[in-house]
Amino acid sequence: MYSEKVMDHFQNPRNVGEIENASGMGTVGNAKCGDIMRIYLDIDENQIIRDVKFKTFGCGAAVATSSMATELVMGKTVQEAMTVTNKAVAEALDGLPPVKMHCSLLAEEAIHAALWDYATKNNLTIEGLEKPKSDIGEEEEEEDY
Amino acid sequence: MSNKLIYLDNAATTRVREEVVAAMIPYYTQEYGNASTVYSFAQGAKQALDHSRDIMAGILGCKSNEIYFTGCGSESDNWALKATAEAYKAKGNHIITTKIEHHAILHTCEWLEKNGVEVTYLDVDEFGLVDLQQLEAAIRPTTILISIMFANNEIGTIEPIKEIGAIAKKHGVLFHTDAVQAFCQVPINVDELNIDMLSASAHKLNGPKGVGLMYIRKGVKIRSFMHGGAQERKRRAGTENIPGIVGFGKAAEIAAATMAERTAKEQELRDYLMERVLSEIPYSRLNGHRTKRLPGNANFSFQFIEGESLLIMLDMAGICGSSGSACTSGSLDPSHVLLAIGLPHEIAHGSLRLSLSHETTKEDIDYTVDRLKEIVAKLRDMSPLYEDFIKGGKGRKGGM
Repeated sequence: MYSEKVMDHFQNPRNVGEIENASGMGTVGNAKCGDIMRIYLDIDENQIIRDVKFKTFGCGAAVATSSMATELVMGKTVQEAMTVTNKAVAEALDGLPPVKMHCSLLAEEAIHAALWDYATKNNLTIEGLEKPKSDIGEEEEEEDY
Repeated sequence: MSNKLIYLDNAATTRVREEVVAAMIPYYTQEYGNASTVYSFAQGAKQALDHSRDIMAGILGCKSNEIYFTGCGSESDNWALKATAEAYKAKGNHIITTKIEHHAILHTCEWLEKNGVEVTYLDVDEFGLVDLQQLEAAIRPTTILISIMFANNEIGTIEPIKEIGAIAKKHGVLFHTDAVQAFCQVPINVDELNIDMLSASAHKLNGPKGVGLMYIRKGVKIRSFMHGGAQERKRRAGTENIPGIVGFGKAAEIAAATMAERTAKEQELRDYLMERVLSEIPYSRLNGHRTKRLPGNANFSFQFIEGESLLIMLDMAGICGSSGSACTSGSLDPSHVLLAIGLPHEIAHGSLRLSLSHETTKEDIDYTVDRLKEIVAKLRDMSPLYEDFIKGGKGRKGGM
């Protein structure tokens, strides 16, 4: 069901944990839908992400996308981090099953939420960044079959 | 990936017994005649079919001509509901069932609702038990059928079937029970329990997949669901699956003969599993009734974690289980059964069903609990819900 890369990131997730006094922190998803993702960012004075950690409540794909997303933003500038889209995360994992694509969306949202927190705290504007939705899961529609 | 295999998903399906396979083989290669033909070569197949039917009648306490072989439990459920709605439409169009039925019942009811049938879905209590007063109050002059499962497939709760049967009889309403999980796991006598129709399936009791049965009490006037030839007393067309039916008969014969001893052993191990899990893993709870439950069924919820992650990690340790989380149900909602017993979504997502068989050992259980403890701890370390809870934030208090 999952690619080898997904299984690898699920079994050995990178960057699990918390960052005290993080520059930015974002939590998205909701427990009702079974996915919650939290991303912590440590950003230096040059706006470079020098550390990133995550915590996720969710399925195998949710854990793997969180892990991959942290790898992809590590060392990037906040502006470059905006290029880590859900598509980029899914591609880096060699794809996700169609029913799990919403997990990669959650990873993108979590990063954006953490960046938004950072930008708000520091009165900055990051091009292309919009105020995150907190409950993206609510908008998913059940497939009819 | 572990080389070990600890199979604790016997409520999903079971390993076919070697004796059952051995009994089936000759009906593929030697006695392969079509039981509907006249020549003597097919007599062996015909006799085998009758023999299996007699075994089932003996187990259920009914007559052999009240047993009909089908393709699976779902077919039996579909047949019972759709054919009753059709045959009794002059009397009424109302069916009573529960919110915790298998989808073979629930989705059939939904289909019937689109075709003019009214359905009442009874609530269950926190243990998954039907309220008999609510059942009786739901009966209308137009009620033609009560369909309530004998035992629930997820949480293992055994319903008060005798009392339900008595209520149905008192009001002159037919009573069907989906006994797919209960058949040969608990004693069932259709007369004592006032059951008019019953569904069962071979692969849940160490028999082959692809064969089920329906008991239909004499006098219940439902017609054929599968149209065609005159098999099964003209009520279920299709060339009989003789090897499957032979296997079903053999599996049921063994399961019924060993029931008391086998289920006592399973129950003892199951209780040991429950005790270890609930005492050694914090923030865990048992779903379903403590005693009114199938002997091999255990169902837990682990707070702050999600079921699919848990299943994948168990799989990596060689353990097969199942979960009611949304990710395993193919929708965004967790199991309808866990929601019906009142679990909040986030706790329903973290459920785990382990179902034992006669082959399960104490070593299997110990290994499973040891791995489970590590896995639950690992997933909690990763969980933002657990982080919030530990920091005294938004965690759910009590009840676990």
